[in-house]
Amino acid sequence: MGLIRRHPALVPLLLLLPGITWLGSFYLAPNLQMFASSFWSGSLENGFAFSLGNWVNYPNALGTYQEQYLRSIQYGFAATLICFAIAFPLAYFIAFRSGRARSILLFLVVAPFFTSYLLRTIGWRTILGDESIVLGPLKSVGLIDPSARILDTPVSVVAGIAYNFVPFMILPIYVSLEKIDRRLLEAAQDLYASSWGAFRRVTLPLAAPGIFAGSLLTFIPAIGDFVNAELLGNPGTTMIGNVIQRQFLVVRDYPTAAALSFMLMLLILIGVTIYGRLLGTEELTSKAI
Amino acid sequence: MSGRLGGLINAILSRALAVYASLALMYLLLPIVTIAIFSFNDPVGRSNYAWAGFTFDNWLTLFRDPTLVKAVGTSLRIALVSTLIATTIGTLMAMALVRYRFRFRKAIDLFVFLPLATPEIVLGASLLTLFVTLQIPLGEVTLILAHVMFNVSYVVVTMKARLSGFDMRLEEAAADLGATPWQTFWRVTFPLILPGIGASAILAFGLSLDDFVITRFNAGQVQTFPVYVYLKVQKGIPPQVNAFATLFFMATVTLVALGALLQRRRATLKQ
Repeated sequence: MGLIRRHPALVPLLLLLPGITWLGSFYLAPNLQMFASSFWSGSLENGFAFSLGNWVNYPNALGTYQEQYLRSIQYGFAATLICFAIAFPLAYFIAFRSGRARSILLFLVVAPFFTSYLLRTIGWRTILGDESIVLGPLKSVGLIDPSARILDTPVSVVAGIAYNFVPFMILPIYVSLEKIDRRLLEAAQDLYASSWGAFRRVTLPLAAPGIFAGSLLTFIPAIGDFVNAELLGNPGTTMIGNVIQRQFLVVRDYPTAAALSFMLMLLILIGVTIYGRLLGTEELTSKAI
Repeated sequence: MSGRLGGLINAILSRALAVYASLALMYLLLPIVTIAIFSFNDPVGRSNYAWAGFTFDNWLTLFRDPTLVKAVGTSLRIALVSTLIATTIGTLMAMALVRYRFRFRKAIDLFVFLPLATPEIVLGASLLTLFVTLQIPLGEVTLILAHVMFNVSYVVVTMKARLSGFDMRLEEAAADLGATPWQTFWRVTFPLILPGIGASAILAFGLSLDDFVITRFNAGQVQTFPVYVYLKVQKGIPPQVNAFATLFFMATVTLVALGALLQRRRATLKQ
């Protein structure tokens, strides 16, 4: 206690210490270790050896799995676009409600988080099944071919990914829309802006940070996902996440798996930087949630 | 004329928006309803995908599979321990980040945010490489280490938002009235940030209970509820799983509703 009184500058450091230590040990150190492992050669049985010259894991992994990387990017993009199409109108609707209705609606948005992610994904197997409530009636009326299916196709995988991550898009957009000073919209109307004009020139620019944060928070988990491709897809919908988890947990080729993971991180970093430049939004952390 | 037309268009648009929003919400809730409904299904064979008939059996035989019961217990235990640790150290961090100015504050802010911007598969896989390299045996301990790691960031982000609205003058007033820093913290600060701590803890608990990807990588032979579900996908998921999931859902909803109610009562009492 005496030490703190004499050096008040120590207080924030002491408060930060446990958290920094934890994140340093179990976030930073593992990532550094993984980077080091990507330069390993050898096998689990014979032991691994580290050498910086052994960077061949990268081109090898990329050469073998570029198809899965490309597919992940495509699915991630598609899912993010779908999420935006669902999230923006919904967030807009909620943001312009009164307090009571707003909290109930927001609660409904996060409600999916209170049930198991795996079970929700499996739930789509029931919903999209070949004779399900979605396809069954359409087939019996003859609107679609009886052999048509959604399940185990790229469509069901993208739909599953979009479903699982859409709340991450809704919440940041909602926050940015809710923060908009309503007087700005009134001012726009007073200055004879049409509703569309006010929306385009006031609402949309002010919602941009939310859209930026939302699309990142959707795209990042989407591109690394493997659960949807595994549970709702077929062998032709394999994403890079499926490869990584297989290499780590089944094949146990740690060097290749580490190189694959590191390239995924790199891909995301590059994407985030370009996207940030395009939108001109820099303060990412403060606006994310 | 154009004004009237504009009004009509606006009315149609806002109606369309309401319809669209309702559809979007239904889409969000559809799988949850499906899970709940299928907890009353009487499936033919092992897979629980097609509706076969109504029964209460799954709820009455909730504890039939000892592996499932054990997995639920493991999940709850890990969630409880990791929530306690993550909420404590996360709250301390958030306090440092919001209330003090020091060097590297921005950098630490970014560092705390990074795990949220890292795909779960990379978080899980990198931890596994570390544990393998250091030859730390996988199990409940490694899972708690992992769950605290991803929960700390969520707690910090949630608490930062709550703390930034905190009226510092209340603490100054307490100090002026002769309270020691310790008394000020426990009698003024803590009660005021308690709702935020509660919200963070609920979030952390839910995230831990539901985590599959990171858990899958670092569980070893330990089965949590999600891992149990995953391992059963091929053989068919017993409908008791749906009953448990529905139970968790109801419990969380009750908890959140109670929290909101308590806060409202407190607010009205203050007035």
